[in-house]
Amino acid sequence: MPLVYAGVCSHAPGITGRKHLADPGIRDAFYAAFDDMRADLEASGAETVIVIAAEHFANFFMNNMPSFAIGMADFYDGPIEDSDWLGIDKFRAPGNRELSHRLISEIMQTVDVAYAEEWLLDHGIAVPLHFLTPRFDLPVIPVNINCQGPPLTPLHRAWTLGEALRRAADAVPERLAIIGTGGISHWPATPDSGKINVDWDLDFMDRWCRNDRDALLNYDDLTVYADAGQGGFEIRTFLAVSAAAGGAQGTVHFCEPIPIFAVSCTIASYDLGLLDI
Amino acid sequence: MSLYYVQKFLYELNRSADLQAAYVSDRRSVLDGYTLSDEEIGALVDPDIGLLYVLGVNGQILMHFAAFHQIEWHDYLQRMRDGVDEHGPVREGVYAMTGRVGTGECG
Repeated sequence: MPLVYAGVCSHAPGITGRKHLADPGIRDAFYAAFDDMRADLEASGAETVIVIAAEHFANFFMNNMPSFAIGMADFYDGPIEDSDWLGIDKFRAPGNRELSHRLISEIMQTVDVAYAEEWLLDHGIAVPLHFLTPRFDLPVIPVNINCQGPPLTPLHRAWTLGEALRRAADAVPERLAIIGTGGISHWPATPDSGKINVDWDLDFMDRWCRNDRDALLNYDDLTVYADAGQGGFEIRTFLAVSAAAGGAQGTVHFCEPIPIFAVSCTIASYDLGLLDI
Repeated sequence: MSLYYVQKFLYELNRSADLQAAYVSDRRSVLDGYTLSDEEIGALVDPDIGLLYVLGVNGQILMHFAAFHQIEWHDYLQRMRDGVDEHGPVREGVYAMTGRVGTGECG
């Protein structure tokens, strides 16, 4: 069945871990946008949510770093971080090993992916789930793109992964949602944490909404690093969702810089209904 | 220098309660299994967050080491800025891609 939902959101650990330090007005507006995203996800009737994230050395390290990895387990524990630090209690999110197996088998026809039967969710997935499936009752399939340890996954390969995810999703009867998580410009966990290039973010999200493949792939890592920080490498997760959306047009529901959260906090989705549903 | 092994130790420390207990018990001995320079050992034992940043440790790993040592967020950021001032630009790793990181202007 075609995808029933496709969107993106921020995942910065400060969103939950440093919420007490944020301006309440903008913080609560962002949280409200997350609530709306949860309502849209629930209204879609999604039976499983595929979460494409850029995990941060929680499961994958430079001794064996995959360009792509997909979870294939019946449950995923998280957060791997200290609960007090992240502001999220320990949880066990349901997975669907059999569905993962079917999806991965199809994806592997065009993209070489690693699979993982064990995966400890870090903030890249835990923060979005905290807002979008707060009871942790919707099966999740985690997907990772290497956005952290150079050499990074090439942008065009992230796009190809998105296309493969869509093809695989279309081939199964389940109603699937796909959500990419990450920051746009940001310099997380560095001395420049809190620096945000708002103009760069808005330009990127304009390309994302137009689902303009050429424009979205017209970046290189050195320029991204200079203009958008190492956190900007996480645009790969957003690109994969664009590819999976298959030409659908997007809407930005929220995109405002919140420096203590270290990013332009973003919620956006594609209108799949006009094309596929 | 051996940034890979510095980060490998911190990666494993972040994931393992047993290793954390061993580190608390004897910070130096727990490093015996890793190929590290004296400077790196010193930075991990102190701990010297600023020097670890300058050595090239990724912040996604380093911030958890700081939290483990009960270093508050803004203090963590300041220690990295101080490290750049004291030891110079980041020497290796992703932050060395285009030179100095650390304007000291952000929160």
